[in-house]
Parts: sequence; C-alpha cells; structure tokens
Amino acid sequence: MKVVFERPRALSDVTSHYCPGCTHGIIHRLVAEVIDELGILERTIGVASVGCSVLAYNYLECDWQQAAHGRAPAVATGIKRSLPDRVVFTYQGDGDLASIGTAEIVHAANRGERLTVIYVNNAIYGMTGGQMAPTTLEGQVTATTPLGRDVSRAGHPMRMAEMLATLPGVSYLARVAVNKPANIMRAKKAIKQAFMVQIDDLGFGMVEILSTCPTNWGLHPVKALEWVDEAMVPYYPLGEFKVPGEVKEE
Amino acid sequence: MARVEFNVDRCKGCELCTAFCPQKIIKLAEGINKMGYHPAAVEEMDKCTGCAICARVCPDCVITVYK
Repeated sequence: MKVVFERPRALSDVTSHYCPGCTHGIIHRLVAEVIDELGILERTIGVASVGCSVLAYNYLECDWQQAAHGRAPAVATGIKRSLPDRVVFTYQGDGDLASIGTAEIVHAANRGERLTVIYVNNAIYGMTGGQMAPTTLEGQVTATTPLGRDVSRAGHPMRMAEMLATLPGVSYLARVAVNKPANIMRAKKAIKQAFMVQIDDLGFGMVEILSTCPTNWGLHPVKALEWVDEAMVPYYPLGEFKVPGEVKEE
Repeated sequence: MARVEFNVDRCKGCELCTAFCPQKIIKLAEGINKMGYHPAAVEEMDKCTGCAICARVCPDCVITVYK
C-alpha cells in the first residue's frame, strides 16, 4: 500500500487555531499543495493580513511578513519590487481586503503588481465576533445587523472580483468555493493559475474563495457548506473573470 | 485494498468527512481526544476505497490515505 494523500510539505505539522469546520484550513492546504507542486517553497514570501488568518504564518512553511490591517498588497508590493525573483502572495479575508484595505488592493491590482492574492470571503468579520462586513449579504443576520443587513443603510455587498476584473493590470482573476470536493479541486486549479501568472511575469493574479464561518454564522459546519451554495453563490457567482491567453501549464 | 489513518488528536469533530464519504463509513467516535472533541473514525475499513475525498474536505489535514 502506498500513500495517496498526505499533508503537503509546505503545510506545518501543527494544530491550527481555526474553529471546527472552518474552511480556512482547506484553503491553507490548497496553497501549500500548489507551492509544493510548483517547487517554490524556498523562494516564496507570504504577507499575512489581520483577521483569523493573521496566524497563517504559523501554518505555511514559507517566509512571512505581517502587514498592518488591509495593507498586505502594499507591503507585498515593496517585497516584490525589492526581491523580484521571489514569489510573493498575500492571504487576506474580506474584512481586511474589502474594507480597510480597499485602497491598497485596488491600486496594487491597477498597477499590475506581480503578486498573487488569496482573498477569503466568508461574508462576515470572523475574528472580532461576527460583525457585518462589506461582503455580508442582504438580510444576513450578524452581531451588528440583528435584523439582517439593510442595504438602504449599509449598501450592497461588494463584489471585489467583478470590480477588480475591470482593471487592465489584472492578469488572472477567479472566484471559487471550497464547499464540496469538486469545488475544492477547481479552487486549487485557480490558486495555481494565480501563482503562475506571477511566475510568468504576466501581471496581478487573485483568487476570491468563498469560505465558511460556522461559528459566527451559527451553523453546523456541514450546514455552513450548504449555505455557501444557497446564499453566497447566487450573489457571488463562481468562475474565471479574467484569464491571460498565454499562461503555460507547468 | 485501501486504508485511511486519522491523526486523532488533531481532529475537531467537524464532520465534513462524514458528510462527504461516498461509502458513509466515517462516524464520530464515542470517546474524546486530547482537545475534547469526538474524533472521526472508521469502523468498517474494508469498505474504504481510498478515494481520499475525506482527506480533501478535512480542514485540519487529519487524514492520510493509503491505497
């Protein structure tokens, strides 16, 4: 008998702090698998955001820099420009990228920085206790919207992928989900593409990943995966928004 | 012949593997692990096909699959 599935080398052999069923763990593993497959662990630098994923530097074996809230794309820009032979990625949640960090992500994408952005959207602020995020869905109950998000006061949920896809500096942009096995496979493919456009010097690459927050959604982890399909996917459609013509398969 | 191995003390009992196992052979154990969770376990290992779906949906990389 041989091993057909095991922990990727780039993923640290530790217990994560994530809640039971939180799909951050799946996304971490996919990033680690892609780093392993591309053989780039020794030259990869991650930039951690603020939020639950702030501790990502404990879980992936590459080098890391921690950025101030929302500023990961700006910090990553500095790293990439001074060390252009490195593979630089940010790992940001929606409270980080779509709220306090909106300026940084828009301008990094617009400049076509050679970065890979892993954007984890779970429609809520996880770490701080489940408050409304810019991505919270209309009518969604959170700690700060006990009657559900009222779009006449709070605006509509922000579709970052669609917004950024209009910028010429963006080379690869996709939205995926990790709520079932087939989607997990697609998510891995998209993450790989987003790293490859950087390695091939084609421009900015980002993957928006619909993720779960069973604790703050108040749902069992399995029900939370179903909620992604029922509530999130209709508003945040999955697919590739921008694909470069000349991305090479390895 | 296939087999899955659980890193029992890493399991948080989220049941994503039990929900997606095509053979429906993964269940939470009665006992608890070091963290206080009921960990996932397989009783009828001979029914395992080694498809690794359980391992792919596990957020905590608890499962190693042999085939």
